Amino acid sequence: MRISIRTADSDVEGHMAQRTTPPEWSTGKSPLRHGDVPFRAGTIMLASAVVLLVFAIAWMLYTSSQEARTAFGWDLLFGSAWNPVQTELNPISFGGWPAVRGTLLSACIALIIAAPLAIGIGIYLAELCPISLRTPLSFLVELLAAVPSVIYGVWGVFVFIPFFNTAFATPVSESIGTFLPWFAGPIATGRGLLVTGVILALMILPTIASLTRDVLRLVPNTQREAMLAIGATRWETIWLAVIPYSRAGIIGAIMLGLGRALGETMAATMLVGNTQRISGSLFAPATTAASLVANELTNSVSSLHESALIAVAFALFGITLFLNFGARLLIWYVERNTRGGRS
Amino acid sequence: MEHAMTLTRGIGFGDLVAQRTKISQLSVATENKIEMLHFGFHYGAFKAVHDVTMAMPTNRVTAIIGPSGCGKSTLLRSINRMHDATEGAHAEGILRLDAMNVYDAAVDSVLLRRRVGMVFQRPNPFQLSIFENVAYGLRVLGIRHRGTLAERVEQSLRRAALWDEVKDRLHSSFGTALSGGQQQRLCIARTIATNPEVILMDEPCSALDPIASLKIEDLIYDLREQFTIVIVTHNMQQAARVSDFTAFMLMNREKRYGELIESGPTDQLFTKPHDKRTEDYISGQFG
Repeated sequence: MRISIRTADSDVEGHMAQRTTPPEWSTGKSPLRHGDVPFRAGTIMLASAVVLLVFAIAWMLYTSSQEARTAFGWDLLFGSAWNPVQTELNPISFGGWPAVRGTLLSACIALIIAAPLAIGIGIYLAELCPISLRTPLSFLVELLAAVPSVIYGVWGVFVFIPFFNTAFATPVSESIGTFLPWFAGPIATGRGLLVTGVILALMILPTIASLTRDVLRLVPNTQREAMLAIGATRWETIWLAVIPYSRAGIIGAIMLGLGRALGETMAATMLVGNTQRISGSLFAPATTAASLVANELTNSVSSLHESALIAVAFALFGITLFLNFGARLLIWYVERNTRGGRS
Repeated sequence: MEHAMTLTRGIGFGDLVAQRTKISQLSVATENKIEMLHFGFHYGAFKAVHDVTMAMPTNRVTAIIGPSGCGKSTLLRSINRMHDATEGAHAEGILRLDAMNVYDAAVDSVLLRRRVGMVFQRPNPFQLSIFENVAYGLRVLGIRHRGTLAERVEQSLRRAALWDEVKDRLHSSFGTALSGGQQQRLCIARTIATNPEVILMDEPCSALDPIASLKIEDLIYDLREQFTIVIVTHNMQQAARVSDFTAFMLMNREKRYGELIESGPTDQLFTKPHDKRTEDYISGQFG
């Protein structure tokens, strides 16, 4: 075959070799690729299993809570009376608001306490800690995340609550609590949302701290050097260059911590007091969605009771899903506003 | 004995005075901005740079050339103490900026870096608007007044020959959205905004295409009116084009550390090198 290549200032002519049979790499039947198809199919199956599982859980929660939802509707979420058994004074009703409110409040308290501490720990581990200390300290922080929640619960009941009562709850309720209803007394057992929030904070602290450390380590050194070279101090370098660069990752770390705080069952059950009553005071016994379900599902008195508990679980599922979705949006927004210009 | 040897290897400060007159195109006589006396640098037990004695004159461009691993970047970064955060890194000998030993215990590295700015091998703008990239350094210096900031940012971008390309999108575009060459000029603008006396450049063109490199070289040529520039490059043509003085470094194969082979006015080093190794390197028989 004769071919010619024409360029601006020259013509090149040449011959291209002729072949009668196509070479083996162009027959479309390469034996090398036989593994690709099952591998691809296998990974697709595994990936779709995750999606299916989420939908299966949602569907199960939805159908099993049907009975309670038709009977009570939105009262399941916003009603505040929870009476599984009929008495002379109280008709049967299932209002999940104390539980939903308890969940949101205790998780918020946990986040407010844990986020700044954990970010501080993450910054220390990633930026300031001597290298020889970095690995053992990181290991200890991660170990904290591996402690089973029942142990946090036990520690909370026997060590933290007595300490908290004498050192914080009693003096605060007698001073600030006299005019600020959040901190009003009396302190009875010491169980309540604030104690739960503090222990939850301890539990999510290592998660946020180690993730923060990881995202800070991902910040390219060139960014730190750029900042140092214009005469910034260590603090300015971290605050103005390293943290802004990893903002999205840090928010993600906090959101993962929030997810854990919302769903935490064991420690919450042991510390929150399990009382279906809404009190203005954070020192008063309360309940959370997860601990309500865990406490009552095994000894539910009627199918309606069971269905109502599943409805509360459904609400918890919805809240975590919604917050995770919101976190994704936030991360996406922050990323677009810090890195979006990279095109 | 050893002292005498090192002085012939590097340029002695006395020699430098004699050399000034040889550089006909430079009309103004100049002082030494930076002087190194038996300066060495270690990373823990590893010695990266050994016994460098040389000078870098004020308002001139000094190039440090040499093959990879010869310690030229280490030497450059030791001028503004960028190694401070590296564990185990320490200097020996004397490195003087305006007759003050930079490694003196009384020297604050933050204040030092405000006088000795640095441009890096890979452009490293912040993920901020073009304006903020330049203004960041000024903010660190404590300048808050908006008018002053705007004025200094414009001035710096003009000095870095970037103003015309970005003036319409100072606040709307990210520094990271610019092309590689523009990013590097933005980094130069960020450096000169804080008004340092010395600018260190660590292979500033190695990540850029030839045209962008030439723009940076033009810029370096202009900037020496105001700044003392020290540039590390592996590109000998670039060193020949932009620098007034050149230092050639090489790794000592036995001792595994980088050492200065010779330094002197660029035209002299490239045309009449004293050392056989310099001649081999610049004629391409080495490295």
